[in-house]
Amino acid sequence: MNAQLQPTGSAYFISNETQVRESHTLSVLVDNEPGVLARVIGLFSGRAYNIDSLTVSETEHEKHLSRITIVTSGTPHVLEQIKHQLERIVPVHRVVDLTVRARELGHDRPIERELALVKVAGTGDDRVEALRLAEAFRASVIDANTEHFIFEITGRVSKIEQFIAIMRPLGLVEICRTGVASMNRGPQGM
Amino acid sequence: MKKTSSETGRREMTGAEMVVQALKDNGVEHIFGYPGGAVLPIYDELFQQEAVQHILVRHEQGAGHAAEGYARSTGKPGVLLVTSGPGATNAVTPLQDALMDSIPLVMLSGQVPTPLIGSDAFQECDTVGITRPCTKHNWLVKDVNELAGILHEAFHVATTGRPGPVVVDIPKDVQFAKGIYTPPQTSPRTSYQPKVQGDMDKIKAAVELMKTAKRPVIYSGGGVVNSGREASQLLRELVDLTGFPITSTLMGLGAYPASGKNWLGMLGMHGTYEANMAMHDCDVMVCIGARFDDRITGRLNAFSPGSKKIHIDIDPSSINKNVRADVGILGDVGHVLEDMVRLWRATAKTDKSVLHPWWEQIEKWRARDSLAYTSNKDVIMPQYAIQRLYELTKKKNVYITTEVGQHQMWAAQHFHFDEPNRWMTSGGLGTMGYGLPAALGVQIAHPDALVIDIAGDASVQMTIQEMSTAVQYDAPIKIFILNNQYMGMVRQWQQLLHGNRLSHSYTEAMPDFVMLAKAYGGHGIRCDKPDELDDAIQEMIDVKKPVIFDCRVAALANCFPMIPSGKAHNEMLLPDEATDEAVANAIDAKGRELV
Repeated sequence: MNAQLQPTGSAYFISNETQVRESHTLSVLVDNEPGVLARVIGLFSGRAYNIDSLTVSETEHEKHLSRITIVTSGTPHVLEQIKHQLERIVPVHRVVDLTVRARELGHDRPIERELALVKVAGTGDDRVEALRLAEAFRASVIDANTEHFIFEITGRVSKIEQFIAIMRPLGLVEICRTGVASMNRGPQGM
Repeated sequence: MKKTSSETGRREMTGAEMVVQALKDNGVEHIFGYPGGAVLPIYDELFQQEAVQHILVRHEQGAGHAAEGYARSTGKPGVLLVTSGPGATNAVTPLQDALMDSIPLVMLSGQVPTPLIGSDAFQECDTVGITRPCTKHNWLVKDVNELAGILHEAFHVATTGRPGPVVVDIPKDVQFAKGIYTPPQTSPRTSYQPKVQGDMDKIKAAVELMKTAKRPVIYSGGGVVNSGREASQLLRELVDLTGFPITSTLMGLGAYPASGKNWLGMLGMHGTYEANMAMHDCDVMVCIGARFDDRITGRLNAFSPGSKKIHIDIDPSSINKNVRADVGILGDVGHVLEDMVRLWRATAKTDKSVLHPWWEQIEKWRARDSLAYTSNKDVIMPQYAIQRLYELTKKKNVYITTEVGQHQMWAAQHFHFDEPNRWMTSGGLGTMGYGLPAALGVQIAHPDALVIDIAGDASVQMTIQEMSTAVQYDAPIKIFILNNQYMGMVRQWQQLLHGNRLSHSYTEAMPDFVMLAKAYGGHGIRCDKPDELDDAIQEMIDVKKPVIFDCRVAALANCFPMIPSGKAHNEMLLPDEATDEAVANAIDAKGRELV
């Protein structure tokens, strides 16, 4: 049979498996209607994409627009697919890969912030240490009695992860995190 | 669409009346459906009018496939009406089928009354939840005043952009409630604006690339058929202008005529040798409305290694999904082809001699005669049956549907289509049981045409109940069964992959198809002799009622040529090389894991 084996060109994703996985933050502007979040999440589970963080809330009430922020990871090829697949969903207005956009704007990455509530219970030295460290992290105390604190902390994901790790041996009871809110620097909108 | 002034205006009516009014306003003449508790108000409205004809099927899956056949053969949306719960879940298979093959379907389903939703009521299911991943979009209507707008939007979404199925789920209390009906509007929602016009710079880049080609190939798909007759015409013009060879996917057959001189035959797993070799060795590939499906590409990392690829598609997620396009053009193939043809006329020279060596090579591949088979004068070979069917029907106004399996591939190989919309088959999902109800839908749309379902003995039994529908509506569909007593493609794969251990692929208790046809009130024919076949086919054509033709064919014939799983286009298994040993060893361990 005519086996004309040429060196393979640029056309394939052979190297897919070895391509580096990247973490990207996507902003998805959607009509706030029933089922829209299910459509987005169903797309990710149905096509085996990752969701590392998900944040959603209505942002413009009069226009019934919600903004979904998704931190996902994959190869550049998969990330491009995710964007296009999201754009196919009928109530989706726009999908912006904030990470790509940040690079275009000459930044390392978009601004990303998360809020966490962290409950720590304990007495004695641990309690004093927890409060001292919370001040160092600029976490504020929003509820306390003699046996516990609830700290509110805002910042980059890494900062929150670090704060939680430090609180763990000091009597960590409960954590609630919002997921990432994100936008790019500069005057332009998404 | 004809409208009287009283029909176009806003006026008060019940939800059920709105459904029928919206069907009329969207030009619907036929719907396929099955009644039940949660859609009775709509059925009551259907009873009191004549503009929309309802076809009563025997199972909701049949309604869905019939609507698909109707849509595929007319270019109009297919509409089905089902009840809540099992009515809706039975329709899931055709919805997914339509999603994968980009067929415009509008399914209207009844739902339990709004106050009962979530209470596990009788015949309740989460229809929008279940159908969310198998539709382009779906709606649960909770307010009768939103019903009309949603119905119009449903038709718009189903038929524009990349067509697909949509579902509107209507609770029974909304069907009874009164509200204001609004006529179809021209302003669709802002978040849904499919791009139809291609980027001119990219089209220019594509034409420049095509001009440099020495070994080009056009690979077209179902998108050309979906785009409308204009697109098929433009495709033919482009092929004539460029002199490029053209192949097509299973879904795209007929867009370029099989009798055309540049036709290479279908490509892919069971495509012709010349089509697949041309794909493998080309230097410029022009993919028009196709999506590089795994049945087409074979082993991805050996797919057409030396070519630059141009990909025209209306769906941005199709471009760069499986194969990277050097020039990706987003848009409706009809619009893009129009620009392309115009640009080519304006700028390209007409000398096609540069392609001569390429055509010589193609003729060498063609000379391998990859669709050849060993004929037999005692037993009907399945390929022979299709060839005779083609020869005896080609001058008629004929539409072909198929089920899924060997017979489907033989039909694609040996029945030749010169026009689009004449070939209805389940490509993406591979739904056994598609062909019979699809033929019914085609026949309803084209009452005077000859509509033939080329079927397999296993597939046809999945939706055989629709024979009853065909008899009820005097739809003289012809069910031409290539009966080999096996699930032929399953058996072939077991031979290829599993040491010929034929696990559960033989049907020991086959019905008597002739008596079955009679039991339904149709006509039955059996034939097992090659020299009696022509007369039997003629009888089938002449009988003016539904026919089941039990064509007894060679039991163990395999469908070749074949690109075995995990192999490249130039590693095809050709019929003259497919000895038992070659077949047994055709697929290596890695290929076995693939489907």
